[in-house]
Amino acid sequence: MASDLEVTTDRAQRLAGGGWQAVAVHWLRKYRRVWVSTLITSSLSPLLYLAGMGIGLGMLVDRGAGGVGGVPYVVFVAPGLLAASTLQVAAGETTFSVLGSIKWTPIYHGMLATPLRVRDVVLGQLVYVLLRVTSAAIVFFVIAAALGTVRSWWGLLAVPVSVLGGMAFASCCFAYSANLRNDQGIMLMFRFVVMPMSLFSGTFFPIEQLPGWLQPVAWVTPLWHAVEACRALVLGTATVGGVLVHCAYLAVWLVGGYLLSVRVLRGRMVV
Amino acid sequence: MPLSPSEPLIRARGLVKTFGDFTAVDGIDVDVHPGESFGFLGPNGAGKSSTMRMIGCVSPPTGGSLRILGMDPGTQGPAIRARLGVVPQRDSLDEELTVEENIWVYGRYFGLPRPVVRERAAELLEFAQLSERARSVVEPLSGGMKRRLTIARALVNTPQILLLDEPTTGLDPQARHVLWDRLFRLKREGVTLVLTTHYMDEAEQLCDRLVVMDHGRIVAEGSPRALIAEHSTREVLELRFDTHDHTAHLADVDGIADRVEVLPDRLLLYTPDGESAQSEIARRGIEPLSSLVRRSTLEDVFLHLTGRTLVD
Amino acid sequence: MAVLERISRVPAGAGMARMLVERNYRSSRRTWSIIVSGFFEPVFFLFAMGVGIGALVGDVATGDGRLVPYVVFVAPALLAASAMNGAIFDSTTNVFFKLKYARLYDSVLSTPLGPRDIAVGEISWALLRGVVYSGAFLAVAVAAGAVTTWTAVLAVPAASLIGWAFASVGMATTTYMRTWSDFEYVQLAILPMFLFSATFFPLSTYPPVLQWVVQATPLYHGVAMVRDLMLDEVGAGMLVHVGYLVGMGLLGTAWTALRIERLLLR
Ligand SMILES: Nc1ncnc2c1ncn2[C@@H]1O[C@H](COP(=O)(O)OP(=O)(O)OP(=O)(O)O)[C@@H](O)[C@H]1O
Ligand SMILES: [Mg+2]
Repeated sequence: MASDLEVTTDRAQRLAGGGWQAVAVHWLRKYRRVWVSTLITSSLSPLLYLAGMGIGLGMLVDRGAGGVGGVPYVVFVAPGLLAASTLQVAAGETTFSVLGSIKWTPIYHGMLATPLRVRDVVLGQLVYVLLRVTSAAIVFFVIAAALGTVRSWWGLLAVPVSVLGGMAFASCCFAYSANLRNDQGIMLMFRFVVMPMSLFSGTFFPIEQLPGWLQPVAWVTPLWHAVEACRALVLGTATVGGVLVHCAYLAVWLVGGYLLSVRVLRGRMVV
Repeated sequence: MPLSPSEPLIRARGLVKTFGDFTAVDGIDVDVHPGESFGFLGPNGAGKSSTMRMIGCVSPPTGGSLRILGMDPGTQGPAIRARLGVVPQRDSLDEELTVEENIWVYGRYFGLPRPVVRERAAELLEFAQLSERARSVVEPLSGGMKRRLTIARALVNTPQILLLDEPTTGLDPQARHVLWDRLFRLKREGVTLVLTTHYMDEAEQLCDRLVVMDHGRIVAEGSPRALIAEHSTREVLELRFDTHDHTAHLADVDGIADRVEVLPDRLLLYTPDGESAQSEIARRGIEPLSSLVRRSTLEDVFLHLTGRTLVD
Repeated sequence: MAVLERISRVPAGAGMARMLVERNYRSSRRTWSIIVSGFFEPVFFLFAMGVGIGALVGDVATGDGRLVPYVVFVAPALLAASAMNGAIFDSTTNVFFKLKYARLYDSVLSTPLGPRDIAVGEISWALLRGVVYSGAFLAVAVAAGAVTTWTAVLAVPAASLIGWAFASVGMATTTYMRTWSDFEYVQLAILPMFLFSATFFPLSTYPPVLQWVVQATPLYHGVAMVRDLMLDEVGAGMLVHVGYLVGMGLLGTAWTALRIERLLLR
């Protein structure tokens, strides 16, 4: 821990002024130590879901309803899983590490004792999350494509779109975590936000099947927009306007979340 | 098996504890009698905690024999532990509970009925001066408060023997004196205290009898006063010089004291009469940066026995 | 043989495991929101399966060849899986924290309680929570029309058997963990079981070779047991399921007690 801080502060001094890079380097260095186990879980779990839900459950769905929207279930569910798992990785990287850096190991205190500004701390960590999330999305996409679930070259764009969706949520998650007093709130967020969102945002079945009053709730979630855009791109049914609208909505979350995070973290650290 | 009146509460013979190839406790003999206050004194790594854990029946001895309250720790551990109070070196309070709940729950581990536990908790919190904090969680308490709570908790089963592993390490002087005061009270009430420390003053204040440990062995045993009388002189003259190497000044002080010890930052001259040694220094025209006469302490005993200082 | 001998030498306890359960009950009152929230996870799944996937899948053939709505098919599996998840959560993350950070067991062992009391106490606690969760889940399943028979009541004790089996092995595994990131591997063992124990689609869907693999996993037996009870298809197979899980629970409990002794009584 101490050596991390030294490295960070050391780099921060050299980079005085444009310091968010130093923050990103700090998180990457930490990541180096656990990357094996994290990469395994963050790529393997969506793939297991793809096999279990897409292929296994897909057999029942294809037999029962002849696929969804005219495609086999596995093709339907793959882009949904791409977006949902990207969002879960993003959420995982902006909860315990944020609260922990405030409460258990005073990492942000160390960073802010250097010329780094609060916005460098937020931006640097989000850039690190971006790299993490992108690598997870690419691994999943390559394997999903190898299984024949990508029907169009436009599908390649599903990677950046899912990453945008993940980051849109991550920036808000950062603000939320930076505001917490203890880790109970993290658990509650996973159980009452991430989990239901993953189930009911069109990932596993079209939201038209939800009761009428629940559909508008799904429209508000960033995940639904990411899923819709990814699915349209992968199936080759996307329209430029449609994708742009979804992305614009996600960008609003991203920027709003970032601004909020800076505000919240400043309120917490600079007192 | 009842304890015969003459048998000590704790009796160890040739007690050994090894961890792999490493011998932490190397064949020690100890007797602790009812009502006495017994100390293990020694530097870091001497094997004090290892010994305490064996006495606390949470660490099976590798060799030798150990009897506590007339029982065998190997087979009667629970029965022995029911009559011990343990204050470990590191506080292991239950941070998920409040101050009073810590005592309640701990008392329940001894199988005490709930009403008894509540009554005891109220008394013990009073004793530990924590009554106002009874309902607060443990986490934000100060180090001294946590230590007092650990001691209060260890007393919930009205133990016959209280084991204290470095009870005051890390506390400020005022908190230490408060703790010492509490321990004196317990001793007056007839509780047998067994404690470890590397503070000389603590050992001199609290212990009727102590053993000095080093490298897992006992190097001396006796009352603090007897140990000082046996292994040191009545007074010590400390001299500091403006130099990097105090050995250079050894020749200057030759013949003044019974014995001279060289430390990195000073010379220690052991003599029955510090004042006259001081005037002899002045007569020889030696000019130290500072010169101080003090009474011998256990620190000097330890230095004499092992050639090393205890703290730092 | 040596293993059997070691397992049979269960470390000492004072028969006071319930005191540890009492302690956990006390501390849980401060984290009740987490505990209550644990109940919602399977409920969300049940809802997703009922309104979403169920409409796509239609009816599914049970072991007896009857056709039942998908939600009726999947509800028992969700009950079994949530018993597993809850038990694993309690016995891994929570126990790891108490073992390594809070050092709870160090102080417990300085009282008359022994390693066996710790193992039995923690595992019982996980099991008790499992009973409460599965009872609540069953009530929701009844309300959702996913329960068709009275024998379903027996799913609650069945779920606690699943909880015991997984909590005991989970806690034993936890004693080998060194850092938090080791728990990623626990997830890696749990997730495939969650997805592939005939939970979401029947055993007959798997290729024959894989069917053997599936039938070797503990969750398969848990799911099959609860499903038999909730669909009223109890047969001789029940003995195998119960035997498997009881064996796992006994082994796990003894193993945990041994490990606690090895770790803390040195
Ligand atoms: N569980 C263990 N495994 C391996 N070695 C151990 C273990 N416990 C203690 N030791 C070693 O045994 C030696 C004696 O340790 P012990 O804790 O008894 O010393 P101590 O006198 O209490 O020291 P301190 O003043 O630092 O508390 C040390 O060298 C320590 O490293
Ligand atoms: Mg020690």
